[in-house]
Amino acid sequence: MFEALSDKLQRSFKNLRGQGTLTDENINDALREIRVALLESDVNLDVARDIIEHIRAKALGSTVATALSPAEQIVKIVRDELMEVLGKDTARFKFASQPPTVILMAGLQGSGKTTTTGKLAAWLKKGGHRPLLVSVDVYRPAAREQLKVVASTVGVQIYEGKLSETTGTADVLRLAKEAFREARNFANDVLIVDTAGRLGIDQALMDEMAQLKKELNPSEILFVADAMTGQDAVNSAKAFNDLLQITGAVLTKMDGDSRGGAALSIRKITGQPIKFLGTGEKPDAFEPFHPDRIVSRILGMGDIATLLERA
Amino acid sequence: TRTRESLSTTLGTVVALTREVDDASLDDLEFALLASDIGAPTTNEIIGRLRDRALRQGIASGAELRELLKAEILRILTSVAKPVYAPSNPPEVVMMVGVNGTGKTTTSGKLAALYRREGRSVLLCAADTFRAAAIEQLEVWSQRSGVDLIKTKQGGDPSAALFDAASAAKARATEILLVDTAGRLHTKADLMKELDKMVRTSDKVVPGSPHQTLLVIDATTGQNGLQQARLFTEAAKVTGIVLTKLDGTAKGGIVVAIAHELGLPVRYVGIGEKIEDIIEFDPVAFTESLLG
Ligand SMILES: Nc1nc2c(ncn2[C@@H]2O[C@H](COP(=O)(O)OP(=O)(O)OP(=O)(O)O)[C@@H](O)[C@H]2O)c(=O)[nH]1
Ligand SMILES: Nc1nc2c(ncn2[C@@H]2O[C@H](COP(=O)(O)OP(=O)(O)OP(=O)(O)O)[C@@H](O)[C@H]2O)c(=O)[nH]1
Ligand SMILES: [Mg+2]
Ligand SMILES: [Mg+2]
Repeated sequence: MFEALSDKLQRSFKNLRGQGTLTDENINDALREIRVALLESDVNLDVARDIIEHIRAKALGSTVATALSPAEQIVKIVRDELMEVLGKDTARFKFASQPPTVILMAGLQGSGKTTTTGKLAAWLKKGGHRPLLVSVDVYRPAAREQLKVVASTVGVQIYEGKLSETTGTADVLRLAKEAFREARNFANDVLIVDTAGRLGIDQALMDEMAQLKKELNPSEILFVADAMTGQDAVNSAKAFNDLLQITGAVLTKMDGDSRGGAALSIRKITGQPIKFLGTGEKPDAFEPFHPDRIVSRILGMGDIATLLERA
Repeated sequence: TRTRESLSTTLGTVVALTREVDDASLDDLEFALLASDIGAPTTNEIIGRLRDRALRQGIASGAELRELLKAEILRILTSVAKPVYAPSNPPEVVMMVGVNGTGKTTTSGKLAALYRREGRSVLLCAADTFRAAAIEQLEVWSQRSGVDLIKTKQGGDPSAALFDAASAAKARATEILLVDTAGRLHTKADLMKELDKMVRTSDKVVPGSPHQTLLVIDATTGQNGLQQARLFTEAAKVTGIVLTKLDGTAKGGIVVAIAHELGLPVRYVGIGEKIEDIIEFDPVAFTESLLG
């Protein structure tokens, strides 16, 4: 339903046929199209502005030694810039020198933490690890039952523990501590901690998150974010990163038709890589992140491959 | 000095000045709209209309412009408001639909409690038979709200659960049946077909139902919300929006685009995870908070 950005660019350059070079004037139209496309893709306004200025500088400084038309040149510059923002390589996963490696899942309500905990466990299991799961979501109805079902579906162990009468942060920290001990005692080399969804402005729950980090000293703190997130992605990512220094992000629900511009916002604002994509509700709908997927969604599918062949 | 200038010069200065002020403030307003997820097409249209008015009327200040903008947004939001159709015979069937994790189950629980507080009889239907512990989650809400729950087993047919619940509601003459459905992305044809089947099942048991189909949208949703609204309306005739998680930092501006492009009104707003954290949509308060 959206016209691909690359098509729009072709169109905006059509009346410039014969002009082989990119000039201040003829790229302004293109930059406007790019700005709109970035916003339609949910890239944050400030982040988009920043990207546009980089693209302008690159476009003006580019020498035209290829077989590409001005439109194609711009598309390639945009592509390169977006790839650069997202980081070209798939991020590595960190393990602790002394097992168990602790992975802390964090994020807003409903972003996909519990589901991703199961996916990550399945992925690690396939890689020869023995993960243990624990849910410290003592707040949401049936959150702990949900992780229990997820664990049994993917066939990994879970530490259930018991809740006290007055559930709260004390329970959360105790459950985490007990699960860590359990993992160490029973030779689970990875402990994945599923936490309750929380808002970045929820002082009490964010403080709980900081205490959890202090208690567990996790190797990975993954910010789990919904790919359909709009402009607010920068606010939540910043809040979690400022408090916890996240080590990466997981972008879920990429099996839909959202453009996933939030990935650029999160990456820019935290400086941390997107490490995985969630691509469905089932445990195996999970893959390491490659920036091309999001870049081609923003630019329009198929263009990149064609361009790369010609460049 | 000013007094010595001709009238036309003075007028010219005022107009030029006003335009200058307006352009800067228009840019400000455009920024505010885009930053709250209203989206470029709807934003452009709103700003275009404001610009026209500003030039015609010679608006004096940014503050005045802001008031006009509020009026524009309010007009969009209120022009789509429709009275809720209530059937003369019980039950009224209200179905919750939407993409994954937006707050359908929580909203079902909150609404059950809300209607109970209003003195109406309510029944809950657990028609998410897919997601892990979805039924248990709604069971907790059923206890909290003191509303009965009709369910089937995990992995069962959601239409069968709905058939049972609608039949029970009819037999008991329950005033409202709230149906919690599984989250599904609007792009999944098979899951959307399942929703269509549920709608038809409901209609079979209670003719003319579901009377309301509420699309639950997370306030953090970006431009994809439009496509959600479009495709859920195609598959399940959405009658209104529930905007959840408005207690966070997201402004939920996408509902303005949805109202503008698809004519769907917002009915309720979710403002927290507790049972009482739901309010009827107030377009004035919403617009105020949108513009900060
Ligand atoms: N289509 C799709 N759905 C997903 C994906 N990841 C998670 N979900 C769904 O999103 C919904 C929310 O997922 P959860 O894992 O419960 O999210 P959460 O962050 O743990 O939620 P809270 O604990 O309530 O904050 C569920 O319906 C999941 O099945 C994904 O990659 N694709
Ligand atoms: N802060 C806040 N959280 C909310 C609100 N509404 C729901 N939530 C939370 O959002 C998360 C998802 O809510 P659910 O009701 O499970 O969402 P759902 O749409 O039923 O999810 P699926 O059935 O998995 O698609 C839970 O953690 C809820 O507590 C709200 O208005 N504000
Ligand atoms: Mg969870
Ligand atoms: Mg649900």
